Amino acid sequence: MSRIRLLVGTRKGAFIVTSDGSRRSWTIDGPHFGGWEAMHLQASPANPDRIWAAVFTDWHGQVIQRSDDGGRSWETVGNDFAYASDPGTHKWYDGTPRTWEFKRVWHLAPTADDPDTLFAGVADAALFRSNDGGHSWSELPGLRTHATGEEWQPGAAGLCLHTILVDPRDQRRMYVAISAAGALRTEDGGKSWALATRGLSSTHIPDPDASVGHCIHKMAIHPSRPDTLFMQKHWDVCRSDDRGESWREVSGNLPSDFGFPIVVHPHEPETIYVIPIESDSERFPPEGRLGVYRSRTGGDEWEALTRGLPQKDCFVNILRDSMAVDQLDPAGVYFGTTGGQLFASSNDGDDWQVVADSLPKIYSVEAQTLP
Amino acid sequence: MRHVRIELPHHLRTLAEVGSTVEVEVRDPPTPDALLDALEDRLPMLRGTIRDRATRERRAYLRYFVEGRDISHDPSDRPLPPSVAEGKEPFIVMGAISGG
Repeated sequence: MSRIRLLVGTRKGAFIVTSDGSRRSWTIDGPHFGGWEAMHLQASPANPDRIWAAVFTDWHGQVIQRSDDGGRSWETVGNDFAYASDPGTHKWYDGTPRTWEFKRVWHLAPTADDPDTLFAGVADAALFRSNDGGHSWSELPGLRTHATGEEWQPGAAGLCLHTILVDPRDQRRMYVAISAAGALRTEDGGKSWALATRGLSSTHIPDPDASVGHCIHKMAIHPSRPDTLFMQKHWDVCRSDDRGESWREVSGNLPSDFGFPIVVHPHEPETIYVIPIESDSERFPPEGRLGVYRSRTGGDEWEALTRGLPQKDCFVNILRDSMAVDQLDPAGVYFGTTGGQLFASSNDGDDWQVVADSLPKIYSVEAQTLP
Repeated sequence: MRHVRIELPHHLRTLAEVGSTVEVEVRDPPTPDALLDALEDRLPMLRGTIRDRATRERRAYLRYFVEGRDISHDPSDRPLPPSVAEGKEPFIVMGAISGG
């Protein structure tokens, strides 16, 4: 029977949460790196027992940990994230120039076929690559030095590169998303980048239709249909069917189109999930009722999935990397909250159970399906 | 050569899997730069966690103490007092009070 391993990053360490394929009973192991902020953990698809963890404290900065035994033991690998060229400036919150400065790793993206190669998205926004399992890192500077880089401004959490998507047909084609700059695409493995923001509209910025300045919260892709991208933006759920050349809004009947995570069902490329939040100013579920919303039509038409989720007095948020799906059928769907609750569904999101209710603030959830 | 003791904050002890105090060997007279270089040579996972990797400046939320005195803003190549050089007193790396 298959096994599921959840990689949970929290404000105060990482947790490895496991179950057999029934997904009824869960074991929680942790915290690993107690007291360190575990922003994101991700495993190599080529070697599922190899897991990287991006951990951080304000005192000691960035550390990357790696496990080669499924999270039982860890070793420290490289933390030298030096920009490849003169960092230049981006815009600060007040519009003045601000020198690019490495702050922390936000997101890790191991490649599909090489257990030694992975990407890291960082703040201030840049993309790094390691070809030696995380021991050394080299920036792909074409992104940071994009012609519009001087205009990029941080969101509240910083100028963070939080999404890295790779086209499985051609790994030279990649997408990244940066808060609050926008989405960009490369066709040449990261040497050059083009904005992928046409059609986005953000009424909270001076020019709603500007090419730069959209605060994208998360993007998702399905490997069987990689020309289609889904996006949860700072207001609006959107999709593109032409590799990010153009976008259209598919918020439809959502109670609020503000939120952070968005994921695609593992076997149904037109089935997507979001978790609506009241607003940018009130970051909790509408009316204190927590609901995952599923669209089986690639957007526009949404249904609330609430069975097993708190339906009163729930005022948590769900951060952008905190929702994931497994590869079983029916699919497992998982998410973690800023209140430390970890929820799981073993039937495509129809019903939910509490896996943990008192973890630290959850930053990220990833799901591995193991033999 | 001198044997100097360095007292580390909690998170660095867990990161390096060491006790509260680490002993390093440095050339006489020991300075903050020299003993932190020796510490990072012995425990490479601490690189970048006390001093910025690029600038080698002390990280913002850390302070250095010896003999109960804050020497964080002293020149980092200034020789440390005899009590530290002789291993009687530790060189203390301390984190700012913080949490949440």
